[in-house]
Amino acid sequence: MLEGIHQNQDWDDSDEADNHFELSLYIAGASSNSIRAVANLREICEQHLKDRYTLRVIDVHQEKSLASREQLVALPLLVKSRPYPERRMIGDMSDTQKVLKGLGLSGE
Amino acid sequence: MPQESINKDNQELTMSLEPSESRKQPITLPKSGTGIRGLDEITAGGLPAGRPTLICGAAGSGKTLFSMEFLVHGATQFNEPGVFMAFEEKAEELAVNVASLGFDLNELQREGKIRIDHVHVERSEIEETGEYNLDGLFIRLAYAIDSIGAKRVVLDTIESLFAGLTNQAVLRSELRRLFEWLKEKGVTTIITGEKGEASLTRQGLEEYVSDCVILLDHRVENKISTRILRIVKYRGSIHGTNEYPFLIDEEGISVLPVTSLQLNHSVSSERMSSGIPALDKMLGGEGFFRASSILVSGTAGTGKTSIAGSFVDKTCSDGKRAIYFAFEESPRQIVRNMQSINIDLQSHIDAGLLQFSAARPTLNGLEMHLLNIVKLVEKFNPSVVVLDPISNLITVGSNSEVKSVLTRLIDFLQGLGITVMFTALTLNDNRTEQTDDGVSSLVDVWILVRDIESNGERNRGLYVMKSRGMKHSNQVREFVITDQGLKLVEVFLGPEGVLTGSARETQQLLEKTSEALRDHAVSRKDREIERKRFVLESKIASLKEEFESLQEELNKSYIEDELKKSIMDDNRRELTRKRDDLL
Repeated sequence: MLEGIHQNQDWDDSDEADNHFELSLYIAGASSNSIRAVANLREICEQHLKDRYTLRVIDVHQEKSLASREQLVALPLLVKSRPYPERRMIGDMSDTQKVLKGLGLSGE
Repeated sequence: MPQESINKDNQELTMSLEPSESRKQPITLPKSGTGIRGLDEITAGGLPAGRPTLICGAAGSGKTLFSMEFLVHGATQFNEPGVFMAFEEKAEELAVNVASLGFDLNELQREGKIRIDHVHVERSEIEETGEYNLDGLFIRLAYAIDSIGAKRVVLDTIESLFAGLTNQAVLRSELRRLFEWLKEKGVTTIITGEKGEASLTRQGLEEYVSDCVILLDHRVENKISTRILRIVKYRGSIHGTNEYPFLIDEEGISVLPVTSLQLNHSVSSERMSSGIPALDKMLGGEGFFRASSILVSGTAGTGKTSIAGSFVDKTCSDGKRAIYFAFEESPRQIVRNMQSINIDLQSHIDAGLLQFSAARPTLNGLEMHLLNIVKLVEKFNPSVVVLDPISNLITVGSNSEVKSVLTRLIDFLQGLGITVMFTALTLNDNRTEQTDDGVSSLVDVWILVRDIESNGERNRGLYVMKSRGMKHSNQVREFVITDQGLKLVEVFLGPEGVLTGSARETQQLLEKTSEALRDHAVSRKDREIERKRFVLESKIASLKEEFESLQEELNKSYIEDELKKSIMDDNRRELTRKRDDLL
């Protein structure tokens, strides 16, 4: 994982080609946390990543075997699979600064 | 099961103590058997079924193994599939770790009896961005439970979550929810927790798990380790409260209940010979009771091992089995040494009646020794067990530990109807009759062999200090080891006290001499009487002769007279006839 962090710093200010964000948001049904997380994340993405992100919202209740495969513990969980490195964020995405930091956008 | 009967007894007892008699018979807490040897006995059936149990202890105290055994036994013995949620080890690692116990986790997983889920939480990978809960874990667990119909769940160690997630308030409320949820699901759960500084677990898990808490401890004293298990609490059930030593070996965990809480083994009035006829005579004529415990104590070189060897020899000669646990000598040494007193142990070994088990006491902790003994006894099924000597065990444990181990051993053996003989070395001051292991109060028969020093020589005196339930001799016997075996000789009481050894032999010689003298005197008197009789008889004979000659004399004159008279008559008749003729 240490390698990942190094790469993060290298990639922060360059490599425009890989600028498309692939995000997966795992939620647990229609709980209040889930609803808030979806709303907050959509807002952040619209604001900072307009037209350069793909967001998949996955309800773990619909496919329970995912939980073990994806090492899910706390929900809601946001996984940023691209650009590298992969980052994981938990919570209802109400702390915008932390979400941006997690997405690697805090500098913008 | 004996546990249930205790349970019932206990209930009846509490019932009778209750003021109101109209209450319904309470429903006992359902238990979920662990299959761990000894634990189900202490807990009167196992862990509380359908409830969470906390297993806490320091690192390396056996928490994971304990919970894995609970799960595997559940799957294999009780037909209760289980889910193992590992927060620390990966499934493959776990499988390798428990393979040494003969558990094939992979096979069990394939059969759908066990499911292992490795939960990986890494703080550095996770950013917390607001409110969250552990729904992921819940879903995961629910999925795992439902997929195999699990009845048992292990969470090992859920405290790892505290390292991965920072929001303590959320974690705590979520854990509370998790345990409630598990209870609702009706699965028997084990939660492991690392021991904390002041509390049972670092994160105070005991606060959430209120039904059953078991503490595992691993102590090292004098470089020898002992594992301890204690049931801190068990709501709604009676349980043993002591610290129970337990062992982890190739067969997994075995808990050895101290004294097994019971003193109710059946007794036997059957007797068995000690192999020394004179000793049997001292013990009411018939020897020891079967299933009794015998202590032979004495100072160094007093023949304790010889007595034990003699007992074993007798037992095996009667076609019964025996195990000899030697803590000081090697089996070959004992066999050779016994040959010198005409006891052939080798033939019994060859016949499969005698088994030796020799180990230095320092090889293991006391508990390990006990387990070794218990296991061997269960395998070999002997009538007699000898431990020679128990004194050496003290080097690996404190007095009270040795006593505790021996108590349990005696209990165990008596429960199986096995006679046990211990030998113990006493300290060399003759006045203290206490054995250094303090076991003399535990045993049924105590034989003391003591040096008796007098006249510049050392002899052995044998005493029967106690012998429960039988008449026994209060006499001191001299204990002699000869080429032909062991003998007990009556000691002689002289003016200076008890005589042994050469003093005894002197006394014996003296008695022999006086006997010879007495014999001699008797025969002389006999001869004199004979002579007198002879003299008198000859006198009688001569008087008789005299009488006969006198009688003959008298007879002779009488016959002469008769003769004369007849002749004279004849003459007169002749004269008369002649005169007539002349006429």
